[in-house]
Amino acid sequence: MNIPAGWQIDIGLEIHAQLNTKSKIFSGASTLFGSDPNSQASAVDLALPGVLPVVNEAVYAKAIRFGLGVSADISRVSAFDRKNYFYPDLPKGYQITQMDLPIVSGGHIDILLQDSTEKRIRITRAHLEEDAGKSLHEAFDRYTGIDLNRAGTPLLEIVSEPDIKSAFEAVAYARKIHQLVTYLNICDGDMSQGSLRFDANVSVRREDSATLGVRTETKNLNSFRFLERAIYYETVRQIDRLEAGRSVTQETRLYDHNKDETRPMRSKETATDYRYFPEPDLLPVIITDETIAKIKAEMPELPTQRQQRFIEDFNLAATDAALLANDRNLADYFEATIKNSQDPILSANWIKVELLGHLNRDAVSITDSPISAIQLGDLVALIQAGTISGKIAKDVFAALWTGETSSAATYIQQHGLQQLSDPSTLEPLIFDILKANPKQLEQLRSGKDKLMGFFVGQVMKQTQGKANPQEVNSIINRLLQEAV
Amino acid sequence: MNLNNATITELHKLLTDKAISATELTQHFLSRIAESDSEINSFITITPEVAIAEAKAADLVLAKGQHTMLTGIPMAHKDIFCIEDIRTTAGSKILADFIAPYTSTCIEKLRHAGTVTLGKTNMDEFAMGSSNESSYFGPVHNPWDKTKVPGGSSGGSAASLAACLCVASTGTDTGGSIRQPASMCGLTGLKPTYGRISRWGMIAFASSLDQAGCFTRTAEDAAILLEHMAGHDSKDSTSLNLAVPEFTAALSEPLAGLKVGICSDYFKEGLEPEVENLVMDGIKELAKMGAEVVEIELPHTKFSLSAYYVIAPAECSANLSRYDGVRYGYRCKDPENLEDLYKRSRSEGFGSEVKKRIMVGAFALSAGYYDAYYRKAQQLRRLIKNDFVSAFEQVDVIVGPTAPGTAFPLGAKTNDPVSMYLQDIYTIAASLAGVPAISIPVGLSKGMPVGLQLIGNYLEEAKLLRVAHQFQQQTNWHQQQPQRNLL
Repeated sequence: MNIPAGWQIDIGLEIHAQLNTKSKIFSGASTLFGSDPNSQASAVDLALPGVLPVVNEAVYAKAIRFGLGVSADISRVSAFDRKNYFYPDLPKGYQITQMDLPIVSGGHIDILLQDSTEKRIRITRAHLEEDAGKSLHEAFDRYTGIDLNRAGTPLLEIVSEPDIKSAFEAVAYARKIHQLVTYLNICDGDMSQGSLRFDANVSVRREDSATLGVRTETKNLNSFRFLERAIYYETVRQIDRLEAGRSVTQETRLYDHNKDETRPMRSKETATDYRYFPEPDLLPVIITDETIAKIKAEMPELPTQRQQRFIEDFNLAATDAALLANDRNLADYFEATIKNSQDPILSANWIKVELLGHLNRDAVSITDSPISAIQLGDLVALIQAGTISGKIAKDVFAALWTGETSSAATYIQQHGLQQLSDPSTLEPLIFDILKANPKQLEQLRSGKDKLMGFFVGQVMKQTQGKANPQEVNSIINRLLQEAV
Repeated sequence: MNLNNATITELHKLLTDKAISATELTQHFLSRIAESDSEINSFITITPEVAIAEAKAADLVLAKGQHTMLTGIPMAHKDIFCIEDIRTTAGSKILADFIAPYTSTCIEKLRHAGTVTLGKTNMDEFAMGSSNESSYFGPVHNPWDKTKVPGGSSGGSAASLAACLCVASTGTDTGGSIRQPASMCGLTGLKPTYGRISRWGMIAFASSLDQAGCFTRTAEDAAILLEHMAGHDSKDSTSLNLAVPEFTAALSEPLAGLKVGICSDYFKEGLEPEVENLVMDGIKELAKMGAEVVEIELPHTKFSLSAYYVIAPAECSANLSRYDGVRYGYRCKDPENLEDLYKRSRSEGFGSEVKKRIMVGAFALSAGYYDAYYRKAQQLRRLIKNDFVSAFEQVDVIVGPTAPGTAFPLGAKTNDPVSMYLQDIYTIAASLAGVPAISIPVGLSKGMPVGLQLIGNYLEEAKLLRVAHQFQQQTNWHQQQPQRNLL
């Protein structure tokens, strides 16, 4: 990316994480994604007259867990406010959010830069609020459809300080938040369903300027790539304007991924004054020290801790440990695999090379892997026990991947793929091969070690690859010595 | 016995003695409504089929002896309480055809106790008003003098009871909307402690002030109703999670040793002299009954009206945003676009008083004005609360007038909003503080009823009701009836 010299970029991110509660934040309706439009909108979500919000208390523990995960302060008293604006997918005409007293304030998270150094990004606050519904502009001629299934889904809005200085850092920070919220099991992290969405506040200034430039807010970015592209576009656009002697307007913008550009939101979709005031339908949120202590005691292991444990308990290489611990689902898969395989290093290798290779090739996520951790664990155990060779195991893996079989052991049985390790079977066979190739045998005897490969290859050919190569090696050596 | 103005207690005896059936009683009031409500306009919706079905069910319950004090008692409900399958309008064109798919907790409890639903009563639009003249369904006429207003906003509930069209009625009180019409219609009107009765299903005007309550002929009836209406509701976070006292149990305790506070701010200019005299007579009566009268100060009470007319509009400006023509309610014809849909649905659907308050509220909350208006009003509200807390360290109840005058002629104040807002000058402080208060009849001024207001400490409805009940044992002002009903 070519950012002109002499410019400094300041980025602050607002990340909306949908909390993975079963029901909505202020109503008992289900939060399940993908149901028929408006089938999960209760009287409260529809904002019928006389209905009242009641907080789903499960959201507190999730917000607190996040706060503890970023070393933030948990407010003993926080409160909800109303943010007023009219839009058809906002049924009440106001959003219930936390303005003055957020549940989480202060905190930080460390990201890894390209030069492998760490950088600390400060987190200003994280507060609870409700999601809006969806406006469906395409489906109905001249009309806009309103689906209120999403209305009232709990959100944790995580606001960073403008400590982020490039699109790369923004993505690194966003990925780190994604990793954290999935590890903490407070958000499913499924970007395709909008579970994590980013608003990027971007401004630029001359490198010698001490004050931040005028910022724009690009809303509703729902992938790491769009986040990166939108920031890049905004940065270049703002610098171009300023270098041309023009100014940047403070405004809300949208990123159009088809055109790879941002453009101003229609002014109707943005209110200049939200007229915040305390939500009179809800009492202040009181969090006790006991509650915080209890949540602290039940905090799940975080990625860095897990990586460390993989190194210490399983003797994994640091890079493998990092790769596996990076993604909570992958780490869970790995740990489930070794329950069956009993061999962490071999399991890690198989996940790293074969499984991730296949997942990437077919663009399948680890949670949708056609091979379960139990199946892979069984396969690795068979390799470890010498029942099959690594080479054969790849064929078994392929059969498991396509669903041709559901059990490695059965498949091996059915296809007679067991490794031949029994000397009483192998020895006569090898003896015959040695005898049938006197010239090569002579060369081997005279010290040409690469002829060993020739004989092992011959044995493999004859056994369709099933012979245990180590066993073949040792039998050849023994026969050579016996013949001397 | 004349059924028209009988109390719940009296009718309960007739019902359990099988002197009358709930169905007969209900028929009686349905006929009265059919005969005379056209003159009063106290009902927006009359529900005879529902009433008869409930009455028949009540008769079965009575036959089995499983009744409550309220089984078979015909009631009218303010049209602000949602009742499943019955339209709920809040007195507004914007909800003129709205039918809720749920019943408010408060009405659900009353129906569960066996009451009969006669219909939904007229009210100022979204409970904004003090004369019931802002209703989309036309003004209500005061049964004591049909050229006069019944008070508001629960004017229909008050008038229907004063006209003997029901045995008791529900109302809501945000700044005086039960007490002031009770005063003007010669009734007992109770506003309990904020949070005592669930707000679920009750259409919001100003959420931090709205409180359900009731109109009855006696304090004893109010105690019976409150026992059934009150209680914690998991659907309302602001409802108090406390056991409901037996409000009827303490009614008979005498007043000896009771300390009654009077505050000079409640007897200043603007109070009609004859009203002041009757209220002072009422206080003397309390003293005669053994109460000690103590002068107290409520130094910030004079700011009540100003604080209220910032806080209530601010809350209403947000509460009424949901009426946007998108999902239900009135929608303008052929909207050109979204903006047009919003603008015309709301300006055609809301009446002028509602629009005025939405604009005042939006202004008070807007950037640059929030600190000067909303924040300052909230600070005043805290001071007003603290005044009551200190006052109740000295006295048991505070007594004074409910309203500055008697019912005024229809149309007299419609073009003078300040004079209209001053109707609630004595009732608003208790609303801001959230303390309970009751208005009881204390005499007639030029043939029109005058109310005495008793304000109690938080959760002390039992004490308020006891004072009111004892007063009603010694006086007969609560038994006065409009002439036309004495036939």
